[in-house]
Amino acid sequence: MAATTVPGPGPGQPTTLVGKAAFEVDDRLIVAGPVRRTLNKVFPDHWSFLLGEIALYSFIILLLSGTYLTFFFDASMREITYDGSYAALRGVDMSAAYESTLNISFDVRGGLFIRQMHHWAALLFVASIVVHLLRIFFTGAFRRPRETNWFIGVALLVLAMLEGFAGYTLPDDLLSGTGLRIFSAVFLSIPVIGTWVYFTVFGGDFPGELIIGRLYILHVLIIPAILLALIALHLLILVKQKHTQFPGAGRTEHNVVGNRLFPTFAVKATALLFIVFGLCAALGGLVQINPIWLIGPYNPAQVSAGSQPDWYIGFVDGGSRIFPPWEIDLWGYHIPPVLWGALGIPGVFFTLLALYPVIERKLTGDTASHHLLQRPRDVPVRTSLGAMAITAYVVLWISGGNDVIAEKFDISLNAMTWAGRIGFLVLPPIAYWATYRLCLGLERHDREVLEHGIETGVIRRLPSGEFIEVHQPLGPVDEHGHGQLAYGGASVPKKMNQVGGARRAVKGFFSPLEVPAEVQQQAELEARGLESEQAARQLTGSGRPSEGGRPSEGGKPQQEPRV
Amino acid sequence: MTTTDHRPGSEGGTDESGQLHGGPDDDYTPTQLAAMDRTELDRLGARYDGVEVLHVDPVPAPGSPLDRKNTRQVTLWFALAGLFALAFLVVYAGSGWFLPDWEWEIGASTWSSIYTPLLGATMGASLICIGIGLVLYVKKLLPHETAVQDKHDGSHFDRVTTGATLMSGLHNSGLPRRKILAGTLGVMGAAFGAMLIAPLGGLIKNPNKGNPLGTTPWAEGVRLLRDDGTPIRPGDQQVGSLATVFPGVEGGDRAYDAAVMLIRLRPDQLETLVPAEGRADFGYGDYVAYSKVCTHAGCPVSLYEQETSRILCPCHQSQFDVTAGARPIFGPATRSLPQLPLALDDEGYFMARGDFPEPVGPSFWNIGRID
Repeated sequence: MAATTVPGPGPGQPTTLVGKAAFEVDDRLIVAGPVRRTLNKVFPDHWSFLLGEIALYSFIILLLSGTYLTFFFDASMREITYDGSYAALRGVDMSAAYESTLNISFDVRGGLFIRQMHHWAALLFVASIVVHLLRIFFTGAFRRPRETNWFIGVALLVLAMLEGFAGYTLPDDLLSGTGLRIFSAVFLSIPVIGTWVYFTVFGGDFPGELIIGRLYILHVLIIPAILLALIALHLLILVKQKHTQFPGAGRTEHNVVGNRLFPTFAVKATALLFIVFGLCAALGGLVQINPIWLIGPYNPAQVSAGSQPDWYIGFVDGGSRIFPPWEIDLWGYHIPPVLWGALGIPGVFFTLLALYPVIERKLTGDTASHHLLQRPRDVPVRTSLGAMAITAYVVLWISGGNDVIAEKFDISLNAMTWAGRIGFLVLPPIAYWATYRLCLGLERHDREVLEHGIETGVIRRLPSGEFIEVHQPLGPVDEHGHGQLAYGGASVPKKMNQVGGARRAVKGFFSPLEVPAEVQQQAELEARGLESEQAARQLTGSGRPSEGGRPSEGGKPQQEPRV
Repeated sequence: MTTTDHRPGSEGGTDESGQLHGGPDDDYTPTQLAAMDRTELDRLGARYDGVEVLHVDPVPAPGSPLDRKNTRQVTLWFALAGLFALAFLVVYAGSGWFLPDWEWEIGASTWSSIYTPLLGATMGASLICIGIGLVLYVKKLLPHETAVQDKHDGSHFDRVTTGATLMSGLHNSGLPRRKILAGTLGVMGAAFGAMLIAPLGGLIKNPNKGNPLGTTPWAEGVRLLRDDGTPIRPGDQQVGSLATVFPGVEGGDRAYDAAVMLIRLRPDQLETLVPAEGRADFGYGDYVAYSKVCTHAGCPVSLYEQETSRILCPCHQSQFDVTAGARPIFGPATRSLPQLPLALDDEGYFMARGDFPEPVGPSFWNIGRID
């Protein structure tokens, strides 16, 4: 007889309704295996791994709030005369794009809230990408086999900046229009093909009638689609390659220590999503941003003093401000300086950034795969190069607002420009040197603590009258009292409390919720590894081998004093 | 669990399903699995995924004061989140219904001006409360588990076999052998790709036709108009002041390259005036007129400091000296602001004697070379 039904209840067959439903689903899709593997995936438990997630969640917020805004926005440069509910602009000529942005702000219920949330989420998106990138850079997480994800990440950063620029240009207000005009000058400055690029982008001479519509489709379709595809690829590669992790007890190049996806990590990640979303919502409602009705519609003959772009374009603006007036004349053909300031500096910057994994591999000759992260202090050259790049970036960024600083602090504007020019050349090497020294100092201190132990703050007076501070060794010591632990690339405890010098606090804010004796007992029961060993150890001995009181075996005092 | 189907009439062995997808069903019979408890099954599955649970910090005993306190805390945050969500709904939908109107008017200082902040505060608070509730859930109510998962290097076997499959496919296609076919495919591919992107050519515009970058609406006889459309006579403007003027043609006040600064110099400025070469007659009396479009990046240069005779561009701080033919004296600009030749028409109003002698606005590759 052919079996025409699934077998009835047998050993291991589900009895609950949910269980039966799950079996039915798996009978058809055969997903139990992949789902179990996904749920069991281990994620490292370190706060710095959440930075990229913040970028991901702000992108989700951008997609949601941006879709909402498209219901009301009219990406047209059609000239109209405003007759809406914002009295101060009635009768003013403006584009339909500007008018619809005013309508979103004043006539759509909750529209201003969503619009501002969208803008704040965009600022957070780029900022979290940058911070995430810095974490990856300084810990060496970009090394083989993760170079591909580094390239994708740099591409995502550049696209996010373009996406942001296109987005804040859409309202066609005076501030963004001025920014677009500067962009047009940058296109125009490209050697040989500059005027062709300029005419192609604007469909004729600036500003034309097309640019807002073109930026709109770039902003809502083309760039988001590329971003989405690259983010998906970024995450796929991440899952495939598994996470890196910081060195520590039990952590090797061939494992990942942390929490399983379900339930711990999934709940933590969801919590972060809600917190990021909540932060953007609170900012969007409470903190005004880009009040285009105060700025006014774009007019090529007008400009506001103190015009500033969104923060992530600031360094491009700063580059154009401080670059000297050097126009290259090649047999009657011109290369204007705005090319170097606005396109050259960012171009070199992002090229070096993208190629950094390749550059470092060439310089160090290290082609091995790495899954354990490095502490920034342990790679002084890379850390110092990073500090140098950050310093150069910050100088450009501050120069992007040098007129505002000059005005607020009553400094000469020309002095600010010169400070930017000199600072851009002088400060990065200083930052390199200072960071290098700092790294070496920190490295040496780690070795010192490993060799001589933690300063306990306990002062002892020896029979000879000499005072010494008792040092707590971190592990076994040799006959000279020197620690034998090798540096493992992980954080070295430097305070007694980090090695069990203090017990866990009894829980309870107003009154104790636990019995202190039980906490103590439980702590001893649970104690494991180095920490408990340290906790049980007596802080005795002079710290000198000649005194014989110095712990040597596992830190415990010796039976017989050495002569 | 298997569904086996012995088809009547099928020859050559029974038609049975193979091993299920990825399941080690041979190692563990349903009876063995049924004998294990939930934790054992969880750990067993994890082991098959290369995951070992190293250590679990237990949660406080159910019903203990600590457990009750933790549960209360987490519940409170979720309850708060719900309340804030309700508050959002009340503010959002209630405004204009049982609450005052939300539409904001200039000078309004009541409900409508706190409407958007209230939306942000309530939604933000609700979402953040959910987030805090979830974090506390993990920290206080879930056992803290430390797990370790193995990481595997690539498999040599996989590489070699996959390579062989690919290479045998290529070999069977005969492309390496059929040189002409392969070459044709290459050429076809290039042509096909070019064909796909060719329609984008519609975007390209010729910037050299009619010299649009070198011409503006200004021409001989075009009047200088204020932004309210009134013409200007010498003497209308205060000594030392600057006025933005536009060409008196259709759309002249919206053209991006037409705005002009008409400056009436003070007598002492007039004494030190050094016009650009060959442009001594471009001014009229104590008036000079320069393009308002910065030669660096095209912003309107708007800030005139008459004590120092400087015009400052607020975008990148280029500074131009109006007594020296608007020559750049600081900042990134490299070219002088183009000067507009002035004259008076029959009625005594200012007019242009022609277009600017050079392109206005930012420099480009072949500036001054387009006819």
